[in-house]
Amino acid sequence: MMLAILCAVLLVGAIAEDEQQNFESKVSPEIEGDAGRGESLYQRRCGACHSIDQNRIGPKHQNTFGSKAGAVEGFAYSKALKELDVVWNEVTLDEWLQNPSAMAPGTRMGFRLTDEQERADIIAYLRQVSEAAAAQVE
Amino acid sequence: MHIQQVPPKKQLSRRGFIGRGTTATLSVAGLSVLSGGALAMASRKGAKEEPSTDAGLINTALSLEHEGIAAYQIAAESGVLNDAVLQVGILFQSHHKGHRDELIKAVRELGGTPVEAKAISEYAEALGADKLKSQADILQLAISLELGAANAYLGVIPSLSDHEFGHLFARLAADEAMHWTALKGAVGEALPKNALYFG
Ligand code: HEC
Repeated sequence: MMLAILCAVLLVGAIAEDEQQNFESKVSPEIEGDAGRGESLYQRRCGACHSIDQNRIGPKHQNTFGSKAGAVEGFAYSKALKELDVVWNEVTLDEWLQNPSAMAPGTRMGFRLTDEQERADIIAYLRQVSEAAAAQVE
Repeated sequence: MHIQQVPPKKQLSRRGFIGRGTTATLSVAGLSVLSGGALAMASRKGAKEEPSTDAGLINTALSLEHEGIAAYQIAAESGVLNDAVLQVGILFQSHHKGHRDELIKAVRELGGTPVEAKAISEYAEALGADKLKSQADILQLAISLELGAANAYLGVIPSLSDHEFGHLFARLAADEAMHWTALKGAVGEALPKNALYFG
């Protein structure tokens, strides 16, 4: 029995490591995002819950790129997202969109986007939106 | 409106499953990473003491349905819809109320507290209702919300630990796809050329 448990633990360790490597290769820099495509994809994939300039089912995305997670004023985040110590960028957003619950267990967003190209396009769009918003403030 | 009642017998057998899960959890704890089944079991066990993560995800879907019901209400009261479109709008709104009731039941079943609807004026502002001047504007908003809702449900299914709720979400997505298809027809727009359009 002890041996079986030990084997299981070792196996899990090995798998976890393996997954990490996979994950790194998944965030491949070769995938170029297209903000134009990202805009219409954003409507179709995220538009049920999010808008750029209004808090709805999810928080607005005007300044998401480059800001800390859980930072939109007036939006009632879950504890999981408020406590998520992450700044949104290409890498963290890519991880989030693959599986939000894995990144912030207990989050209320469960939506996963499996298509790597779609993720890159939407992230490029979010970046463009936040940069435009920042430029307006200056 | 209740589309589907969970028979009491089934709820009982689910409890039974939870009971057995408790003793099994210890010996498979180390392996839980390998098995979604074990994870699902752990979260069902948790449902007794605190709401499972499914409850939070289902509550988010409930917020979506509250917004959908409000959107059809705003449309119906706009005064710009012709009678045929108004009737269809009322029918679709009743479907969304059915979805709402089913989701409320699911959240309660998991020991969570269902989110309540906001004031209609808040939805009107968030949806930019002041910019809706014609029936065509309203139909386009409905088309985009229904498409978004179908996609949202499909995209959340892999994050749910209980397949029973996955099945419910698939049925909800199918209703939204039905609405989307009818609305596309109403405005005379072609259907997608490619398969696997949703999701
Ligand atoms: C089913 C509704 C739903 C869908 C669809 C959805 N989200 Fe979310 N999203 C939420 C909710 C709810 C939250 C807040 C979660 C929390 O508080 O735990 C959130 C939070 C986020 C955050 C964190 C924001 C912050 O201020 O820290 C990002 C980023 C995000 N969503 C991006 C997206 C993108 C991009 C898409 C489309 C690919 C998407 N979401 C689709 C509901 C959704």
